[in-house]
Amino acid sequence: MFTKVWLIPALPFLGFLILALSGSRFQKRVIAAIGVGSVGISAIVALIAMFEFMIPLSKQTFYVHSVGSWFNVAGFAPKISFYFDALSLTMAMVVTVVGFFIHLYSAEYMIDEEDYQKFFAYMNLFVGFMLVLVLADNMLLLYLGWEGVGICSYLLIGFWYKNSENGYAAIKAFVVTRIGDTALALGIFFLFAHLGTLQIQEIMTRASTAWYPGSQTAVIAATLILIGALGKSAQLPLQTWLPDAMAGPTPVSALIHAATMVTAGVYLIARTNVLFSLAPPVQTTVATIGLLTLLIAGFSALVQTDIKRVLAYSTMSQIGYMFLALGVGAWSAAIFHFFTHAFFKSVLFLSAGVVIGAMHHEQNIFKMGGLRKKLPVAFWTFLIGSGSLAAIPLITGGFYSKDAILLFTWSSEQGSPLLWLGGVLGAFITSLYIFRVVFLVFFGQERSGSPKKPGPAIVIPLAVLAGLSVVSGFLETPRILGHITLFTDFLQTALPAVKSEHLSMSTETLLALVAAVISLSGVLLGFFLYREPSAILDRLAATRFGSAIHEYWYAGFGFDWLYRRIFIVPFVWISSKNRADIIDSLYTGIAKVAGWLNGVLSRTQTGLVRHYAVGIAVGAILAAAFMVFL
Amino acid sequence: MILVLLILIPFLGGIVTWILAGRDVRWSRWISLAALVIDLIGAIYLAFIAWSSSGMWLADIQLEWMPQLGISFHLAVDGLSLVLVFLTLFLGIISVACSWTEIQENVGFFHFLLMTVLSGILGVFLAFDLILFYFFWELMLVPMYFLIGIWGHENRIYAAIKFFIFTQAGGLLMLFAMLGLYFVNGGSTGTYTFDYFRLLENPVTGPISFWLMLGFFAAFAVKLPAVPFHTWLPDAHTEAPTAGSVILAGLLLKTGGYGLLRFILPLFPEAAASFAPVAMTMGLVGILYGAILAFAQTDLKRLVAYTSVSHLGFVLLGVFACNQWALQGAVVQMVAHGLSTGALFVLVGALQERIHSRDMSHMGGLWTSVPRMGGAVLFFALASLGLPGLGNFVGEFLILVGVYQANPLYTIPAVFGLVFAAVYSLWLVQKAFFGQSNERWQLPDLSLRETAMAASMIVGLVWLGLHPQPLLNVTRPAVEAIQASEEASRDASQQVPFEIKSANVPTVLESGNR
Repeated sequence: MFTKVWLIPALPFLGFLILALSGSRFQKRVIAAIGVGSVGISAIVALIAMFEFMIPLSKQTFYVHSVGSWFNVAGFAPKISFYFDALSLTMAMVVTVVGFFIHLYSAEYMIDEEDYQKFFAYMNLFVGFMLVLVLADNMLLLYLGWEGVGICSYLLIGFWYKNSENGYAAIKAFVVTRIGDTALALGIFFLFAHLGTLQIQEIMTRASTAWYPGSQTAVIAATLILIGALGKSAQLPLQTWLPDAMAGPTPVSALIHAATMVTAGVYLIARTNVLFSLAPPVQTTVATIGLLTLLIAGFSALVQTDIKRVLAYSTMSQIGYMFLALGVGAWSAAIFHFFTHAFFKSVLFLSAGVVIGAMHHEQNIFKMGGLRKKLPVAFWTFLIGSGSLAAIPLITGGFYSKDAILLFTWSSEQGSPLLWLGGVLGAFITSLYIFRVVFLVFFGQERSGSPKKPGPAIVIPLAVLAGLSVVSGFLETPRILGHITLFTDFLQTALPAVKSEHLSMSTETLLALVAAVISLSGVLLGFFLYREPSAILDRLAATRFGSAIHEYWYAGFGFDWLYRRIFIVPFVWISSKNRADIIDSLYTGIAKVAGWLNGVLSRTQTGLVRHYAVGIAVGAILAAAFMVFL
Repeated sequence: MILVLLILIPFLGGIVTWILAGRDVRWSRWISLAALVIDLIGAIYLAFIAWSSSGMWLADIQLEWMPQLGISFHLAVDGLSLVLVFLTLFLGIISVACSWTEIQENVGFFHFLLMTVLSGILGVFLAFDLILFYFFWELMLVPMYFLIGIWGHENRIYAAIKFFIFTQAGGLLMLFAMLGLYFVNGGSTGTYTFDYFRLLENPVTGPISFWLMLGFFAAFAVKLPAVPFHTWLPDAHTEAPTAGSVILAGLLLKTGGYGLLRFILPLFPEAAASFAPVAMTMGLVGILYGAILAFAQTDLKRLVAYTSVSHLGFVLLGVFACNQWALQGAVVQMVAHGLSTGALFVLVGALQERIHSRDMSHMGGLWTSVPRMGGAVLFFALASLGLPGLGNFVGEFLILVGVYQANPLYTIPAVFGLVFAAVYSLWLVQKAFFGQSNERWQLPDLSLRETAMAASMIVGLVWLGLHPQPLLNVTRPAVEAIQASEEASRDASQQVPFEIKSANVPTVLESGNR
């Protein structure tokens, strides 16, 4: 099977090529079959590869599949080759499986779209690039995937191109992430200049022998990679693009802006964990940024009115958790949270999509209500997703992955009680904001007409992903709950174990208990505040302080406002002032002077003999004087 | 002899085309096309030589011209020239094809001028005698002046004169430098010659070499164009007919880059090294300044014109970084830019033929009406913003890798050029094709001819982006020779203008062998 693994990224690209080059001669059913099928087969191949990989008999911890050389200039020689290990296979599996279900969902969800074919072409292209990103064995190929998914994200955010707003949101997403990408590019130049290779594993080996922990080179390398990751993963200070990216169709938000692409930064840091271990200050920065982002995004999610924006801020916040885990060296905990998050966040988006569709593109949660009965499938799947996001103890996947992160922020060498406290506060906000949505949308007064009943292509993905968002957590449980460590065991060949002090059973239990109580109390508070319209909130919002805070959080802590003033306005001002190119006025100035001189001197040409005679006389005198006196 | 034919065939084709146009204008289009295809076959023959031999020079011909003055008719071709010859013929065919319906007046004369420009450009890439080079350099200029001045748009006379004066001023300084080189070299060796290879044997040193280098640099910097000598470009590109814009952006600018590679670095290695910080700074300024200006434009064609300033800034930066990565990157960047920007001009021209406007504020929402054109513009916009997998990425990335090795400080501002490139490229697509417009566009989408043009350029860019190795192999001997001459002078003079991380280079090469 391992000789066929190149099919995993190749099939989605093939799907893209067929759809892109065939013009518009397919029926929608054929388009869906190609679009969904290519990702589906790719998912099957990925799963088979994964099972073969797990067979304990094979001691191989990685497999490199080389397709060919890309180019080679004096040792700068990226190859087109794929690196399969536990980490990249896990990523590829999630990308293809979740990708497949979202494609299946889209086949029905997008059926009324004119540009059905274009949609599937872009989606397939995205999956292909995403797989290149996670499977690339060298930095340049990874960069190809990295930029490729960025472009697909751009194309799909702006999918409904007739509304210019969508287009601007798409440009914003691409440009902001590209600021991070340039740092990643610099990181590649830096690594190549200092270590002389592009191959990721070789970089790790050479770095660990050539650089000592805390050395300046390691810090620079890790910083550059980190900035790249921040852009893609929408972390502070490059997070502003993600809420606007919700302009794209909902399946796009589910696939690209929740489950896969935005977690590329997490993958990149996990992939290059050696560099971060060599640069402790940078790793601390990772944890700090993660914590800040998860809190800021959490508070912003609390006051949003658009259901998709709540989920967008939530994604930011959950990736903040993953960064927190990476920052304390809990590499596999970060990937575990990526794993569960991919399922529960995509189910949240997809069920929200059903709600939005039923509400005729209304996304304001305050205009919804009582949808529990009318949209039972959406309700239950959204509830399961919310439970998992809120980390409802024992029965949800999110509980186990978030618990692992919180535990390590306390116990790992780089962890601290302060980080843990921040994480727990975030958990409280998380369950509050998501159950705010649950109660506002699905409970209370009914406000809408009769929605359309979703067909099987929508129900099956919802059900499967909801199921996965529950069971995915059972792969890894804390010591008090059976101590299953399947996920970590699988990843241990690719990711180093977390360095942590040994906690007593009672401390660990206590920590888990606190986290559980906190998340449940968030749900409870949500129930009291949003189950029925409550006067407390209105009174709070009416105070000057309350409304100011509300506005500030609603605007995502004002980053857009700030960036507009310090970057966009000056840039546009300078460029519009200089539209005619100031340098050109130098040359037109020369031309003008020449023209003026022409005017002046041609006036001396009067045609009168006596003027010329005077001229000759004056010239002769001056020449004589010149010769005599000098 | 094949080299002489390469240059002569387009010119003769042009004359025939002019004569026969009196009967039927269709003749002139088909004959031009045929002449270029025949020429292309000749170039393919040369490519086979390149493929089968390991030598650096693929063909060479030297005829006596004015032996008393040391002037000879000397043509030669190596990998670098060959690649640019291919680009010339390819874009030549494209410019005949894109004028198919656009040019209706004086069709025969138009094609005569077009073919003469192409002959001049081919001559520039093949001439190895300085006077002969200068002859071809001027030969490109005059027909181009008429192409802009006669078939151009509203402000064509102004643009044509501006173009002429700028290039002529640069060319004059180059002529002075050529004469200076002739006398200085002749004075020291005893034989007065304009032959490139003879001059190469004894590089000029000392302060005079700096001034001679500067003379050559003036001509190439205007052509490239380097900021602040770029202001002729937006006017000329915008006012020229589509074929003129394609040739200007795709080919004439490349003669500047070619000149830097062929003359500045090998003939004046020492002076070039000491001048490198200035030139690289000019390159950097060009990258950023061109990008900001591009974003500011409301005229679609002018926007595309300014992107050339930005992209060719990378070439200037790369040439003076002068290591394998940067030099190879500069070559790839020139070819990729020729394709991507040439294609954008073709498409903008096709759009202008349909809506009779280049003003982006009047556009918007065109995708609905002409999706195929929109898709093509989107593709080339993505190429121009440096999407990996397409040619421009390989060029820019190699240049940046090389510049980083030479001096990391230049790389940091340069990568921001990539951000700005994203801004103006996506802005262009957004303004023209997305959104909605008050006008209800009912336009014909790309015709078969236009689709074929776009498709061939798409194939070219994808090939350059995914498998540039054949091109890199062809140009490698030439690029290595250029770099060797530069390094030799650096070792000799010991006055290294900036630190090359030579300690790293061996490890790099080592890893390449793995």
